Amino acid sequence: MIGKESTAGRAAKFTFLGLWLVFTVFPLYWITVTSLKAPGDIFAFPIAYWPEHFSLENYSGLFGKADFGVYLTNSLIIATVAGAVATVISMLSAYVLARFEFRTKSALLMAALVTQMIPTFIALGPLYLLMTDLKMVDNRLGLILVYIAVCIPFCTVMLRGFFENIPDALEEAAMIDGLSRFGALFRVLLPVMRPGIVAAFIFNFVNCWNELFLSVTLMNSDANKTVPTALNGFISSFNIDWGSMSAAAVLTILPTMVLFAFASRHIVQGLTAGAVKG
Amino acid sequence: MPTASETTEPTEPTKTRRTAAAGASGNGGARPARTVQQGRRKPEFTARRGFLIALFMAPAAIFVAVFTYYPMIAGSQMAFRNWKLTDLTDTSWVGLKNFRDVFADPAWGTVLGNTGIWVFGSIVPQLVIGFALALWLRRKFRFRGLYQALIFFPWAISGFLIGILFRWMFNSEFGVVNDLLQKAGLIDEPVAWLADPKTAMFAVVVANVWYGVTFFTIMILAALQSIPEELYEAAALDGAGKVRTLFQITIPYIRVTLALTVLLRIIWIFNFPDLIFGMTGGGPNNETHIVTTWMIKITQQGDYGRASALGLIVVATLMVFAVFFLLATREKREVKP
Repeated sequence: MIGKESTAGRAAKFTFLGLWLVFTVFPLYWITVTSLKAPGDIFAFPIAYWPEHFSLENYSGLFGKADFGVYLTNSLIIATVAGAVATVISMLSAYVLARFEFRTKSALLMAALVTQMIPTFIALGPLYLLMTDLKMVDNRLGLILVYIAVCIPFCTVMLRGFFENIPDALEEAAMIDGLSRFGALFRVLLPVMRPGIVAAFIFNFVNCWNELFLSVTLMNSDANKTVPTALNGFISSFNIDWGSMSAAAVLTILPTMVLFAFASRHIVQGLTAGAVKG
Repeated sequence: MPTASETTEPTEPTKTRRTAAAGASGNGGARPARTVQQGRRKPEFTARRGFLIALFMAPAAIFVAVFTYYPMIAGSQMAFRNWKLTDLTDTSWVGLKNFRDVFADPAWGTVLGNTGIWVFGSIVPQLVIGFALALWLRRKFRFRGLYQALIFFPWAISGFLIGILFRWMFNSEFGVVNDLLQKAGLIDEPVAWLADPKTAMFAVVVANVWYGVTFFTIMILAALQSIPEELYEAAALDGAGKVRTLFQITIPYIRVTLALTVLLRIIWIFNFPDLIFGMTGGGPNNETHIVTTWMIKITQQGDYGRASALGLIVVATLMVFAVFFLLATREKREVKP
C-alpha cells in the first residue's frame, strides 16, 4: 500500500494480475473465436486457437432462421426503460433513506434485503396469475413493470450509499440560498451524483438484460421474446448448435460489455465520490 | 443507451457546481458540517417531513409490494397445499406434507451438500482474489484503467450465459479446457468434466468464481479509498509491516463494507440457479443440483406445492443466516481514526 514495494513483490503482483487477466478474458475470446469459425471447423481436431478462415455464417443464420434482431430490440427496449424508471424511483427512496431518520427506516431496509433472498420460482405462479388479471402476459410493458420492481431494492441501497457520501452541507447551502428541498435535490445534488446515477442505471440495465426466468414465464410469443429466453430455447433442444449458440452469446454479451467498458470508471469513481469526507 | 459523450462531458453549470461541492467538503471539514446538520434535522416540521418521506418512498414501496412481496406471499400458501399440475382439481390443505416430502427425498442430502460446496467453494476464492486485486488496483500503474475495465467484464454477463460459455469450454470432446491441460502436460487424456459429479461440481464453482470476483473487487476498492492516508503513514512510522498494516488498519477500517458485501454475496450465490441451470442443468443424474435448481426441477415436474415449500425453506434459512451474520459483525462498527 504505502511505502516502497520490493522488486520481488512487484514481480509477484504483476504475475498474478497478468494471470487473472488471462483467466478473465480467455472465455470471452474463446466464445468469439468459436462464433467466427465456419460451422464445420467448430468441431475440428486439433482445436484451432485462431480460425483458419473467418466466417460470419453463424451470425447470418441467427438473423435468417431465428429472429434474433427482434429479440435484441425487445431486450434493448425493456432493459432501457425498466433500468431508467427503476433508477429514478430508487433515487427518491434512496434520498429519503440517506437523509432522514424515521421509525420504519430499518424495517424498510430489512424489507429490501429480504427481497434478495426470495427465489424467483416461489413467486412465478402468482405473478403469472396477477399479470393475467392485468392483461399483461406476453406484453413488454408487463415485463418492464416486473423488472422495475426487481431492480429497485438493490438500486436503492446502492444510491443510498452515494447520497450518504455527499456532505449534507451541500444541500443546506443551496436551501439557505433560497432553493426548495426539491430544487436542492434536482439542481444541486443530482449533478454531483451523476457518476452514481450512471453506475446505478448500468447495474439495472445489465440485470434486466440478463434476466431469464421471469422472461421465460411471462413472454411466450416469438415477437415478444427477450434475448435470454431465445438462448434458453436453443439449449432446451437436445443437441446444442454450438455455432449459432456462440454467435448469439457474443451478440448478447456485447452491449452490456460496451456499457461496462466505459462505466467501470464511473462505478468505482461513483462509489468513492464523497469518500474523502471521512 | 447513453453514449460516451453524453455521460462523460459535464454541462457548464454542472462544472461550476462540482467545484463548489468540492470546496464545500474540502473547507468545511466533515465534523462541523455534520454537527450542524444533525442539529438541523430535528426541529423540522414533522407533518411536512412525514409527507415528504411518504411521497418519496411510495413509488418504490408500491412496486416492490405488488410485484415482489404479493406474489411471494401468495406463493407461500401453495407450500401447505396439494398443488400439482397433474391434478388441479384437488388443491386441499395438506399441512406440512410438502416439507416432509422435501426432507424425505433421497436426493436431499446431495442437494444440501452441493449447496454448501457451491456457496463456500465460491465465496472464499472470490473474497480472497477480489481483495487482493482491490489492494493492487489501489495503487496507480500504467494501463490500470484498461485493466480494471477488462476484469470487470464478467459482471456484465448473465449467469445463464456464463453457464453456457463454460459448458462449451468444459466439453469433454471439443472443450478447450481439456486441450489446454493436455498441452500443458497436466492430464494424459480428456476428462469428462461435466459427466462426473465431482468434477462437474468443481467446474460450476470455477465458473462462479470467474463471475463473482469482480463484485468484491469493486466494493472493496471503493471502501479502500475511504481510508485516510495518515493512518498508513502513522503505521509506517510505528514500524508496522505489511501484514500488520493489513490486519490492524485496512481490514478493521473497511470491516462494515466487507461484512455487508460478504453477506449480500452469500445470499446471492445461495439463491443463484442461473449458472448451474445453463451449465449442467443439474446433471449428471441430478448430481450438481443446489437447492434453487432443485426447486426449478420440481416446478418443471409440476409439483408447485413442494417447490413452494422449498422456496420457503430458502427464504427462512437465508433470513436466519442474515440475522446471525448481522449480529456477529455488529460489534466494533467503526474504527475511529
